Amino acid sequence: MKLKLKIWKQGDAHSRGSFVTYDLDGVAPEMSFIEMLTYLNETLIGKGEEPVTFEHDCHEGICGSCGMYINGYPHGPVKGLTTCLLSMRNFKDGETIVIEPWRAKPFPVIKDLMVDRNALDKIQQAGGFISVTTGAAPEANTIPVNKKNSDLAFDASVCIGCGACVAACKNASAMLFVSAKISQYALLPQGRPEGKERVRAMIAEMDRQGFGSCSNTGACEAQCPKQIKLFNIARLNREYYKAF
Amino acid sequence: MNKILFSAVSKKFVMALAGLFLLLFLPVHLGINLMLLRSDPEPFNTAAHFMATFPLVKVVEILLILAIMTHITYGLIIQVHNWLSRPVRYAVRNKSDTSAFSRFMIWTGGSVLIFLVIHFFNFYFIKLGIVEGDPENFYAIAYQLFAVRGYAILYWVCFLILGFHLYHALQSAFQTLGWSNEFWKPVIRVISLIYSIVIPMGFAIIPLIIRFFK
Amino acid sequence: MITLDSKIPEGPLEEKWTRYKANAKLVSPANKKKLDIIVVGTGISGAPAASALGEMGYNVKVFCYQDTPRRAHSVAAQGGINAAKNYKNDGDSVYHLFYDVIKGGDFRAREANVYRIAEVSNQIIDHFTAIGVPFAREYGGTLTTRSFGGVQVSRTFYSRGQTGQQVLLGAYSSLVRQIKEGTVTMYPRREMLDLVVVDGKARGIVVRNLITGEIERHSAHAVVLATGGYGTIYYLSTLAVNSNASAAWNAYKRGAAFANPSFVQIHPSSVPQMNEFQSKLTLMSESLRNDGRVWVPKTKGDSRPPNEIPEEDRDYYLERRYPAFGNLVPRDVASRAAKERCDAGYGVGPTGLAVNLDFRDAIKKQGQKAIEEKYGNLFDMYKDITGIDSYTEPMRIYPAGHYTMGGLWVNYDLMTTIPGLFAVGESNFSDHGANRLGASSLMQGAGDGYFILPYTISNYLASEIKTPRINTDTAEFQEAETRSAEKIKRLLSIRGKQTATTFHKKLGKIMWDHCGMTRNEKGLTEAIGLIRELREEFWKDLNVPGRADELNQELEKAGRVADFLELGELMMTDALNRRESCGAHFREESQTPDHEALRNDDEYAYVAVWEYNGDEPPVLHKEELKFEFVELKQRSYK
Ligand SMILES: Cc1cc2nc3c(=O)[nH]c(=O)nc-3n(C[C@H](O)[C@H](O)[C@H](O)COP(=O)(O)OP(=O)(O)OC[C@H]3O[C@@H](n4cnc5c(N)ncnc54)[C@H](O)[C@@H]3O)c2cc1C
Ligand code: FES
Repeated sequence: MKLKLKIWKQGDAHSRGSFVTYDLDGVAPEMSFIEMLTYLNETLIGKGEEPVTFEHDCHEGICGSCGMYINGYPHGPVKGLTTCLLSMRNFKDGETIVIEPWRAKPFPVIKDLMVDRNALDKIQQAGGFISVTTGAAPEANTIPVNKKNSDLAFDASVCIGCGACVAACKNASAMLFVSAKISQYALLPQGRPEGKERVRAMIAEMDRQGFGSCSNTGACEAQCPKQIKLFNIARLNREYYKAF
Repeated sequence: MNKILFSAVSKKFVMALAGLFLLLFLPVHLGINLMLLRSDPEPFNTAAHFMATFPLVKVVEILLILAIMTHITYGLIIQVHNWLSRPVRYAVRNKSDTSAFSRFMIWTGGSVLIFLVIHFFNFYFIKLGIVEGDPENFYAIAYQLFAVRGYAILYWVCFLILGFHLYHALQSAFQTLGWSNEFWKPVIRVISLIYSIVIPMGFAIIPLIIRFFK
Repeated sequence: MITLDSKIPEGPLEEKWTRYKANAKLVSPANKKKLDIIVVGTGISGAPAASALGEMGYNVKVFCYQDTPRRAHSVAAQGGINAAKNYKNDGDSVYHLFYDVIKGGDFRAREANVYRIAEVSNQIIDHFTAIGVPFAREYGGTLTTRSFGGVQVSRTFYSRGQTGQQVLLGAYSSLVRQIKEGTVTMYPRREMLDLVVVDGKARGIVVRNLITGEIERHSAHAVVLATGGYGTIYYLSTLAVNSNASAAWNAYKRGAAFANPSFVQIHPSSVPQMNEFQSKLTLMSESLRNDGRVWVPKTKGDSRPPNEIPEEDRDYYLERRYPAFGNLVPRDVASRAAKERCDAGYGVGPTGLAVNLDFRDAIKKQGQKAIEEKYGNLFDMYKDITGIDSYTEPMRIYPAGHYTMGGLWVNYDLMTTIPGLFAVGESNFSDHGANRLGASSLMQGAGDGYFILPYTISNYLASEIKTPRINTDTAEFQEAETRSAEKIKRLLSIRGKQTATTFHKKLGKIMWDHCGMTRNEKGLTEAIGLIRELREEFWKDLNVPGRADELNQELEKAGRVADFLELGELMMTDALNRRESCGAHFREESQTPDHEALRNDDEYAYVAVWEYNGDEPPVLHKEELKFEFVELKQRSYK
């Protein structure tokens, strides 16, 4: 396969970036998107050019490191996949692919396609935990949990914190991310004692970081590689009102 | 306190509440408007008179004005904040699979606002005595306006846009107020669809009937 | 010259840990605040260690190379985490768990440590549940388990196929809580380059800030390494591509002995390599072998599509060779059997390096829906990667490097041979002997971090309360920084022709061919030569673009490969030394007449502990393994 890649290149957070176009020949359809870019870099280094910087680690769609905006889609055009699991079979020979970094005020570009997503950690740090000190836990089965709630909590907790929801949202809102965390704890009895403080603190931090509001558009749900559902946001809203 | 009233969630909450309140008023307004279809101007003018003078309605009126102002102010604040949340835009437009209506709320809302201003000049301000006209014969004013082809078309287009606005607005308000889950989501969608077709079409059908059948 | 003292407490097996805790020294709250601890790594061992130590009141500094602690590769663990809860009432107990781990490790682990990890296993489940980890549940609301890894009880707690993610996110949540409290300071995007030893004690580390390229010094009263395994030395493995050995390897070069480096688990079922660009082998959970049948064609080069090969032309070689366990033989056995068939020319797929894992019969019997419910996400993932629908066509699988049982040698205190340097999780030589059982690594990592290290490190720090904060403006820190900076300079100055990845691939091939599923004297000796040649070539022809003082991913890779090139040789040396087959280590010279692994307890019931010796060959020390409580047996799955 032969591709034309239009990739955002930016030296560091302070410099101005621009698109650079690369022609890449010899792409195999069974490569993953990340492998294709690695292959591009190997060719660039061979030619004495600067490689493209991007993040990736597990290559299994679970660590949430990878993530780029591919032809207008965070993580590319296939639903439910991270960039590292996106196979080149989904592109046509001769296609032009435009690759941009996640764009959001709280996600400043570090270099090329790599952005700083620390804002998500800051939100979790504000209250995304249950304050049980090591050694203080009761025997596990003394806390029975309704199976349905436990399953719903699991569905929310599969969030890999990649930031695709923010990248997809027209408002760069982090509500899906926050709602996944809030839902997980709200659905489990263990999370209830701190429920009110948690949701207030996390929303306040979300605002402080500069994320937008939720317009209930659903782009986040559509692009979430773990298919986290929008009604988690409704639950987050409920939890928030209940906290006053 | 400030943080709580103006948090990303609270702002939407206030907007949703204000919006829902306005949604409650629309069927009442429609009910009165439908009287325009009768050949006798009396019932319509009486209703209009009642709405203009009955004390309780006065209170509601103030609430409505407040709701409109709040809805607009919050809408603008949220929108500006949202734009600021992505200072650098994407080169390729987002192609995520989403409801198109939701993406243009500020524009559909803005269009509705423009219509509202015109509407106020034509009726409400007359009642308040700001604009000249006979507040006791809105029936005649309405017929005069609908007779103008351009006005009728504008009226029509605006209600079409209002329909788009409402379709997302209703679903969104439920979601914002936290009333959505796997089961209710599709139900709410259908309710929104029905509401956003029936109410705007109810309004829009009046000039059609007046122009073509009267 | 180091001396090995494993410091195993006296007394009966069940009482050792209790006695240890009763006698361990404590540190007062006021003193804890004055003591600094560095934790490198935020996986399922590092995050628990850091949060537990922070909760206790120590001043903790945590490092990881990712942008956030929650991306450590523990996140990728699929199957589950073991504990001796006996919730299924199937006769499980701490002793049974202990025994299974010892036996699964082919009797090459320390009894006392293994018993201790089994002992704390239940507390781990309690703790994770309390902090909101959504483990799978029964309808009655209690926790459920599944069977895993070929043991006779059901003791594996799980969250669908994402247990590692769930427990890691749980541990991360405790960690951020401590960051908020101010007891823990997080330093992400830092790569540890060197350990700083002052007067014989570990006193700090030197790291590279991966964003600015700056080399930073950090000091502490004790240093904990939780840096994970080094399976990426094979280039293709189930590990994250940035996993590395650099932290442990440089600690080794500073005097921490390395134990059993050649003990590497090769997992039998991963998606096979498809082309030379592939960077990663994705694991297909062991649980698939509960329903899938493994086979290859009976005739060499049978090119018919798998579904057109009739029953009589299929060789279900695991069922044929191991009638008792069939497709459920342990990982090492299954991996070797697959390799044997492929080497003999019966492999399938375009490369011939794959075997079929067929669900046809299971689907026929249980229906597609049942299979979908059990393995849906794995089938989806397989399809995303290969484009093949395994509901209608067999999956192709092949073994892949997965877990390193070897690692830094530690005593019962989890302390390495450098006082004040501790190692937890996969980075230590661990409790798994020569082979790890499924779902016991998360257990070991979390157990080390939450429930063991906090006691043992306090025992050490109790004698450090008079030591003031360690100054980083000393000759030792300067020396470590210069050494790291010079290595970077050297890497950047070669400007040769080949990329770090090219060298990594070459090294991976040598490792895989000679120090993989089977090993022999000739191959290993040869490979040592090959590695040396490759290392020389590396330092002559490496091409690293860019500068040192900027974000430079190629430089990061090159540094890691440079360390792998040295570690590789030690692995070969270790494999060469051990002329027996045990667990994952299969020496062709030591096998039974029917080609099964043959252990040699008389000569090799020891941990091979290697001490760095500069340019001279490393020095071998032996920690004799005494089995007081279990009887050594030959494993058999026939
Ligand atoms: C695909 C897969 C599936 C698995 N499934 C299971 C399972 O089901 N059950 C089970 O029990 N086990 C399983 N395992 C094994 C288990 O997941 C690991 O052994 C365990 O998670 C290792 O945890 P750790 O804390 O030691 O290291 P890791 O989680 O690997 O963490 C290493 C940490 O060290 C940091 N680090 C590394 N090098 C440096 C450096 N030089 N400088 C700074 N920081 C550094 C990293 O940033 C990271 O934070 C699986 C392993 C894999 C690969
Ligand atoms: S690299 Fe881990 S999710 Fe893509």
